[in-house]
Amino acid sequence: MLLTSFQRTIIISALLLFGQSSWSATVLVAVAANFSKPMTDIAAEFEKVTGHSAKLSFGSSGKFVAQMENGGPFEVFLSADEKGPEKLEQAGLTVPNTRFVYALGKLVLWSSKPGYVNDQGKILTTGGFKHLALADQKLAPYGVAAVDVLKKMKLFDKLSPLFVQGENIAQTYQFISTANAELGFVALSQVIENGKIANGSGWIIPDNQYAPIRQGAVLMKKGAENPAAPALINYLKSAPALAIIKKYGYDLAN
Amino acid sequence: MLATADLDALFLTFKVASISTILMLLLGTPLAWWLARTTCTWKGFINAIVALPLVLPPTVLGFYLLVFMGPVGLIGELTTWVGLGTLPFTFAGLVVASVLYSMPFVVQPLQAAFTSIGEHPLEAAATLRASPLDTFFSVVIPLAKPGFLTATILGFTHTVGEFGVVLMIGGNIPDKTRVVSVQIYNHVEALEYNEAHWLAGCLLLFSFTVLLILYTVLKTQPNVQQLK
Repeated sequence: MLLTSFQRTIIISALLLFGQSSWSATVLVAVAANFSKPMTDIAAEFEKVTGHSAKLSFGSSGKFVAQMENGGPFEVFLSADEKGPEKLEQAGLTVPNTRFVYALGKLVLWSSKPGYVNDQGKILTTGGFKHLALADQKLAPYGVAAVDVLKKMKLFDKLSPLFVQGENIAQTYQFISTANAELGFVALSQVIENGKIANGSGWIIPDNQYAPIRQGAVLMKKGAENPAAPALINYLKSAPALAIIKKYGYDLAN
Repeated sequence: MLATADLDALFLTFKVASISTILMLLLGTPLAWWLARTTCTWKGFINAIVALPLVLPPTVLGFYLLVFMGPVGLIGELTTWVGLGTLPFTFAGLVVASVLYSMPFVVQPLQAAFTSIGEHPLEAAATLRASPLDTFFSVVIPLAKPGFLTATILGFTHTVGEFGVVLMIGGNIPDKTRVVSVQIYNHVEALEYNEAHWLAGCLLLFSFTVLLILYTVLKTQPNVQQLK
């Protein structure tokens, strides 16, 4: 049977249009606030390489868990801890055997003032500041790590009256970057650029001062039917993604 | 049940709301009176500024306050210069933010009440040789009583319900800035739904009771005009 060129155009357009939707999909991702910068880069690469696109929501892991337990639409979850993904797995909301640690978070004591935070964080002992910002230890693993560090330095009781707590690590950063808090504990990824602390001054806290911040990712059941969701999980384990994760100061899980 | 931290948050919330409401009445009454009486060309401009927090997202107000009240902000430099220090993360800062945030809920009912009094009672008082101040206290305030009640209740309850601004400038400090709305949010984020339910239930009951009193006992009409 012969087709007119008009009919051919219609058929080809239809193929392109519907074909497109099957191999170029959009995945909705819940991303812990500390991972917002690397994930933005990773998503851009992911879109270039796979043709899929990723829509990112940034916030605190606890809030995302609460939302997903109550029917939240996220298809992939990048938490700041392992607890959140585990909890969702126990609730039967994730695709089995998709949970893994995608990064080990690094804590930094940071000030927006250059030369303020000195070597070994001696400023914490000498004092002279009115506010010390950290993420709420009840809500954020970076807050737990900060408390670890202070307890290890035997400064927790002395400094806890000066605490100002961010609801997540992004808010904690905001308190310090606006200079409302002289210094505080944030994620290294928030202040690093080309392997160095870009602004102000900081002390990258040695790993042995706090329990590792193992950040877990998981594929949600909501994303099981969406080709872009497992594709993103796989892309997170690829060499280019791992390079981006390292560039932002994270360690990789073995 | 309510834990000590929850009770502290409730107490702090009512403390912030009480102090803010008193300040708003003190500042809002002359402002509303001027707005009700003036024919000045700036009236529209001032009205717009007073009403601004009604339409602005609380995050906008919170963000500006965090930046401008901080050590490198204009207001922050001023408060540091007069020896107050900077306002974010302090109780005083919370009160300042609440006053800005809830002001329209006080000024607008008062302005409406003052406007509705009209010229006649004031002229009558003047013919009896009452001074303007005497007129204000013996004539205007009694006549505007429903307006004052509405203003007080709305100003207070709106401050109790404040969340976004406090989240931005509070820093979640127990007994200083951890108000009940923030405490509920933290409970939910920490997946402590039981605690969240208790506190949320308290606030629901409180808000409904206050509005019930406003609309039944005090017979105030749910007047949209007053709120706008």
